[in-house]
Amino acid sequence: MTSNYLVYLIALPLFGSALLLLAGRKADKWGHLLGTAMSGGAFVIGLYEFTQMLGRSNEQRAVTQKLFNWISVGSFQVDAGLMLDQLSICFVLLITGVGTLIHIYSIAYMSHDLDRRRFFAFLNLFIAAMLLLVLGDSYLNLYVGWEGVGLASYLLIGFWNQKPTYATAAKKAFVANRVGDMGLSLAIMISFATLGTVSFAGVKEHAGQASTGALTAIGIMLLVAATGKSAQFPLQAWLGDAMAGPTPVSALIHAATMVTAGVYLITRSNFIFDAAPTAQLCVAIIGAITLLFGAVVGTAKDDIKKALAASTMSQIGYMILGAGLGPAGYAFAIMHLLTHGFFKAGMFLGAGSVMHGMDDEVNMRRYGGLGKFMPITFATFGLGYLAIIGVPPFAGFYSKDKIIEVAFNAGGIKGITLGSAALLGAAITAFYMTRVVILTFVGNKRWAEKAHPHESPALMWLPMVLLAVGSVASGFIFTHGNSLKNWLAPVVEQSPVHEGELLKPAVVSVLALVLVILGVGLAVLKYVRKDIPLVAPSDVSIFTRIARRDLLQDDFNEALFMKTGQGITRALVVTDKSIVDGAVRGVARLVRGSGSALRLTQTGFVRSYAMWILVGAIGLVAAIWVVTL
Amino acid sequence: MNAANYLYVSALLFTIGAIGVVVRRNAIVVFMCVELMLNAANLAFVTFARINGNLDGQVMAFFTMVVAACEVVVGLAIIVTIYRSRRSASVDDASLLKR
Repeated sequence: MTSNYLVYLIALPLFGSALLLLAGRKADKWGHLLGTAMSGGAFVIGLYEFTQMLGRSNEQRAVTQKLFNWISVGSFQVDAGLMLDQLSICFVLLITGVGTLIHIYSIAYMSHDLDRRRFFAFLNLFIAAMLLLVLGDSYLNLYVGWEGVGLASYLLIGFWNQKPTYATAAKKAFVANRVGDMGLSLAIMISFATLGTVSFAGVKEHAGQASTGALTAIGIMLLVAATGKSAQFPLQAWLGDAMAGPTPVSALIHAATMVTAGVYLITRSNFIFDAAPTAQLCVAIIGAITLLFGAVVGTAKDDIKKALAASTMSQIGYMILGAGLGPAGYAFAIMHLLTHGFFKAGMFLGAGSVMHGMDDEVNMRRYGGLGKFMPITFATFGLGYLAIIGVPPFAGFYSKDKIIEVAFNAGGIKGITLGSAALLGAAITAFYMTRVVILTFVGNKRWAEKAHPHESPALMWLPMVLLAVGSVASGFIFTHGNSLKNWLAPVVEQSPVHEGELLKPAVVSVLALVLVILGVGLAVLKYVRKDIPLVAPSDVSIFTRIARRDLLQDDFNEALFMKTGQGITRALVVTDKSIVDGAVRGVARLVRGSGSALRLTQTGFVRSYAMWILVGAIGLVAAIWVVTL
Repeated sequence: MNAANYLYVSALLFTIGAIGVVVRRNAIVVFMCVELMLNAANLAFVTFARINGNLDGQVMAFFTMVVAACEVVVGLAIIVTIYRSRRSASVDDASLLKR
């Protein structure tokens, strides 16, 4: 099946972005409306394609569109082509749907910002790049989108780059992403060298003939790419700093969509990972490490956005873990991704709403008791909270429990380890999310003196309400009759062998619920009764201090990579100055020296020139004479 | 008479001319020495034509005369101009190219 409308999905926001950037200040009055309209238009096209898709049988739902012949070198042919299948449409609807809501939210949130037009231009650029990422029909096309979202992320994190720390945060995100991008480009190169093709269909077809070693190499490189983009261990350090960007950016890019691109990449490459068990195991391990890592960091953060960022990291860890569990887990990874898109975006918008009402204060120790003053924010945030900690029947309960269950059923020690990690993560999640809610909305007031908390305007709370509805209902809709699993079945082929179940679903649910209640209870005990000090206490255990420092990831990177890199740079500078520059300057000095020596022969006397001519002529005659003799 | 004798004369004339160009300062004398070298070459041309029994050397001598005539016109004009501007016909005085 082909479709002619796919290109407009990307073209609309791209056009919006280009127009807003080129039109300059003239577009200040209507720029935000155009940006929102373009994003909304893409959502409408996505919905249209979705309804078309529903009308076809399961095997024929994927549609493609060839745009142009992009690279044609010898036997290497790459078409710029788009492909919309059951997996991409989930992303398209999430990106354009949540994206449009966040555009609407940003109209109000950024209304006092002089550069609101530029902000919307970047948001549209992001939407276009992200759609290209999920619609590309080859790794190379995906790569273009992959770099595009990296650029948009960089531009938006550093949107307020008049503050040097924000500009540094943007740079940090960009550099960390470069490491991951290098993994993706290496994966593409290995894929071309061993399989001779980079399109999804071609790689899927030829994957059976390649050696396991080559597939493992591709898989590991794809995992490196995913860790960079999705802020997974060990490249996760940038996500916390990325909160320097405006809150709608954190909600859209650094919670709901861009950071989940790694999950998309792994799910899309399921044919590689299913044939390379080592790489698949690495994926699961990375996911398990990150979900605990993020959760632990989340318990120690006082900045509401950084706490949510750590939570995002942890939740994406769940998705990566799910994707690393093979055919049994892909659908649940995507399901958690979609539900997370709703509840985390909703909570970030809630955090933005709180900041909006509290003069951009982000320290939760300066909040407290805001529930009464911001009832809608409190309600929507609360629903997102119930969803993320996995209280039935909210969305997170369905998706997260399924991942924990699949992890336990992966078999052997691997299953028990991964399952326990996921279960422990659920308990810590409950603890730190409860902490966030209590510190922000409950308890005594700890505001700055001039703070006047108030509910945000309708343009802001409307998207929050819609996302809260998603947080409540999406889990039930996706699991009802295994709808999402069956929907994705043609893309991520189900394994025919069904492994024995270690734990029954009901047991997992009860276990998870008990741990969640424990986590919530602990947080309530710790934070509801006590007075919260305005400044984080310093006489705390070494573990708390390490957690506050992001588990020393920055220090590690600094010691191992930054210091080494600086050392190499210094050595190279010395080499450059003494050897490379030395050679160049030496040649120059030689030419200048010989020039000034030869200058002395230019006397200006005709007779001396005549003398030289005579000497030359005699020399010439003598030479000829000698040669002919 | 042996044709080689003419070549000796030619070489002698050329040497006198070359030494004159290098050692004399007066532009007119230098100029005359150049003419002497040209005529030495002419003599050699004609002699070789005689030795080889063809007219190639004779023709070449005519060319040389034409060129020499032109050169005299231009050269004398330059010398006269220089003499007018600096009241001297010494070639060493006209060493401004150095600066």
